[in-house]
Amino acid sequence: MRTRTPAITATAIAAVSALLLTACGGGTPAEPDAEKSSSADDKSVVLLTHDSFTLPKEVLAEFTEKTGYTAEIRHAGDGGELTTKIAMDTGNPDGDAVFGVDNTFASRAIDQGALEAYTPSEIPEGVSDFDLPGDEEHFLTPVDNGSVCVNIDTEWFAAKKLTPPESLDDLAEPAYKDLFVAPGAATSTPGMAFLLATVAEYGEDGWADYWGKLMDNGTKVVDGWDQAYYSDFTQGGGKGTRPIVVSYDSSPAFTVKDGKTTTKALLDTCFRQVEYAGVLKGADHPEGAKALIDFMLSDSVQGALPESMYVFPVSSRVELPADWAKFAQQPTSPLSVEPEEIEENREAWLATWSDTIAQ
Amino acid sequence: MSSTRRVGTLVALAALPVAVLAVFFVLPVTGMVQRGLFFDGSFDPSVVLRVLERSEIQRALWFTLWSSGLATVLSVALGLPAAFALHRLAFPLQRVIRAGLLVPFVLPTVVVGVAFRELIGEAGLLAPLGLDGTPTAIILGLVFFNASVVIRAVGAAWESLDPRPGEAAAALGASPSRVLWTITLPALRPAIVSAASVVFLFCATAFGIVLTLGGVRYNSIETEIYKLTFTLFDLPGAAVLSVLQLVVVVGLLVVAGRLRSVPDPAQSRVVVRRRRVSLRDLPVLLSTSVLVLLVAGPLLALLLGSLRVDDRWSLGNYVALQTPGFDPPLPVPVTTALMTSLAVAVQASAVALVLGLLVAFAVTRRSRTRAERRVRAVLDGLFMVPLGVSAVTLGLGLYLTLGSGALDFRDEPWLVPLAQALVALPLVVRTLVPVLGSVDDRLRQAAAGLGAGPLRTVMTVDVPAVWKPLFASSGFAFAASLGEFGATSFLVREERPTLPVVILRLLSRPGSDNYGMALAAACVLAAATAVVMLLVERLRVPSIGAL
Repeated sequence: MRTRTPAITATAIAAVSALLLTACGGGTPAEPDAEKSSSADDKSVVLLTHDSFTLPKEVLAEFTEKTGYTAEIRHAGDGGELTTKIAMDTGNPDGDAVFGVDNTFASRAIDQGALEAYTPSEIPEGVSDFDLPGDEEHFLTPVDNGSVCVNIDTEWFAAKKLTPPESLDDLAEPAYKDLFVAPGAATSTPGMAFLLATVAEYGEDGWADYWGKLMDNGTKVVDGWDQAYYSDFTQGGGKGTRPIVVSYDSSPAFTVKDGKTTTKALLDTCFRQVEYAGVLKGADHPEGAKALIDFMLSDSVQGALPESMYVFPVSSRVELPADWAKFAQQPTSPLSVEPEEIEENREAWLATWSDTIAQ
Repeated sequence: MSSTRRVGTLVALAALPVAVLAVFFVLPVTGMVQRGLFFDGSFDPSVVLRVLERSEIQRALWFTLWSSGLATVLSVALGLPAAFALHRLAFPLQRVIRAGLLVPFVLPTVVVGVAFRELIGEAGLLAPLGLDGTPTAIILGLVFFNASVVIRAVGAAWESLDPRPGEAAAALGASPSRVLWTITLPALRPAIVSAASVVFLFCATAFGIVLTLGGVRYNSIETEIYKLTFTLFDLPGAAVLSVLQLVVVVGLLVVAGRLRSVPDPAQSRVVVRRRRVSLRDLPVLLSTSVLVLLVAGPLLALLLGSLRVDDRWSLGNYVALQTPGFDPPLPVPVTTALMTSLAVAVQASAVALVLGLLVAFAVTRRSRTRAERRVRAVLDGLFMVPLGVSAVTLGLGLYLTLGSGALDFRDEPWLVPLAQALVALPLVVRTLVPVLGSVDDRLRQAAAGLGAGPLRTVMTVDVPAVWKPLFASSGFAFAASLGEFGATSFLVREERPTLPVVILRLLSRPGSDNYGMALAAACVLAAATAVVMLLVERLRVPSIGAL
């Protein structure tokens, strides 16, 4: 055995290296794709965004036509995951621009220094109404907005001859016992928005009591919006049994049957989410990123937002799709909490919330 | 063989796997922990206390402990009779059942969550039981996942257990239950303990199951780590919990290592003829049926759900898999994602196999000194650790570490296969180590003594013993890679999503058509897994999947 083992080892290692090389896709020369997003190609721009982001192909093609840049879309989880990734990856981003940081997470991205200040060259009418409060240097540009509101199944209430609820207070009434389903605040962005709505409505001292009443009244809390809407809500297409759900102000436009919508958003229960875009600090293609943010405010993108991402445009220059104009009502004075206040209290609020729903 | 040369061989064999583990596991995880615990280079112990004092964290710790403990006990209780029935008895369809019971183990948790929801959700067949969102649902989900681990580990030991001591005891008048308690179970104890510790490990790090089946009322350490990282951006908190998890994992591995049966070359495996089923096997068969129902129930619910379109029977969801789906469309059709998954799984299992083989060789060479033995034992355990670490910590850590400087690998197409290979590696190592360990060194010496060269020795002694397990464990690695979701979701690139990633994407999109497609895609994934497991089954390697 004296001389033999090393020979075996050598054979094994040679085999390993060969196999590893094959397994790893044959090294670099045969893989031009891997180099696509390097700084060598100055006409591409990478947009880091959340999983719900999508735009029609034609719109993205128009961006290339107008600016010469090709946009590569890179999804990075939900809004919270996206914001955390850019906040932890400061100065070394995985893209050039970011879209999808909302008003509940915005201060995290700004405080961690993940963004470069940029003001778009042309700002359409209406956009600045949605500017992030306190963002004096303009790190973030508003792109869309949508409100998280309690939705009800109007068909169900008509069939049961039951007066539908109208306010947050009503949800705690015995008449609506076991009828409400909500996504959890700790695991879902709309869930967090709904928690913030209750904080805004009942104040620092009252919201936990309200949640206690909700839980006593048989509220079901699930992990995500999709589960709440599609599995538990009576109009979600599945076999849900609960006619009251936390969803969006635009949701009624998606339950249209024979020219009428079967659901309704309760406009006194809404919390408004605004989604922003920004240039990432340390971007390989900052100019492309700026061009992309300008483009996000163009009529083409703003007009495509409702049908692509179920949100309202921030620009008042574009028209809404017919179903939206007819069935998706926006709240005139949504409930709101300042971004700084959210970032400061999120932890304490979520801890209290978790304690309340675990009881 | 001189000791320097022996140590040299050990180092040469272990160098590559250890280097890969260091870059793709140790570095990302320590990076995350460091980020959380060190501010300006100094460590503040009060952070640890502050985190552990919080009521929701204590609740999560407690919940993780008792739910994982209970799930482990149940997995063992249901797994043991099934291991006996499937490995010592002979009855029709046995092979199919054995392969089928293994499917859950390699299914992504997203799919398991959906399958259970189809069954016990408010609209499901078992909705009247009111299990949705209860700890019972979580524990059932964990057992669904992990009973197969017990079956494999204990079944392998049971299959080759020498029946003669038991027969002798019976001849001397011992009742069957007395034989079981005094002879059989003590002989199986190492396998049972080691399986139980691995099951506990899997349960304690379960993420998707707790989240989708428990609603949001129940938090485990793993879901807390997610919440602390992404929702609260409390990195110190997440780091404290990750370290705590790691400490528990290492502790468990040490205990399991002590109790694991060390293959003794002097004791040859016995080939026991399986006996036909008789009336006295009824309790065992009943218990096995319960397990089969538990596994088949959610899978059937998934299948039936995938065949419904607008409340009618239809293959529409499957037809739609060839398209990028409804609005908004996926970046690629689901079938393309399946092809990607298959290609990635081939690469991942090749890497896992090579690394696993090196580790297994390094671990099983004979040790002459105590220190050497200890190094080999540590090496053996080291490659198990990735199983017990939070996918959030590892995934995000990989994403951040591999984005900068010399390690700028984010755009490399081999990153996903490599990460998946690390997840599959423990399965390969645990399959190969017992086999290689049981090759009698004297055979090699005899071959050499008869004039065989080194290559010839390997070809005539090691290869015949190893090739089947090697093939089989690559099947296991393949299936595990096919279902991997945790680390993949952080690293995957837009143009090349894998099937589990696409399923999750579909699930989070509005519309019953997207949901139907997700169900169909999940069925395809489960079927692909089952086919691979059935092929593995055909090879009938006793130690495959035996942890």
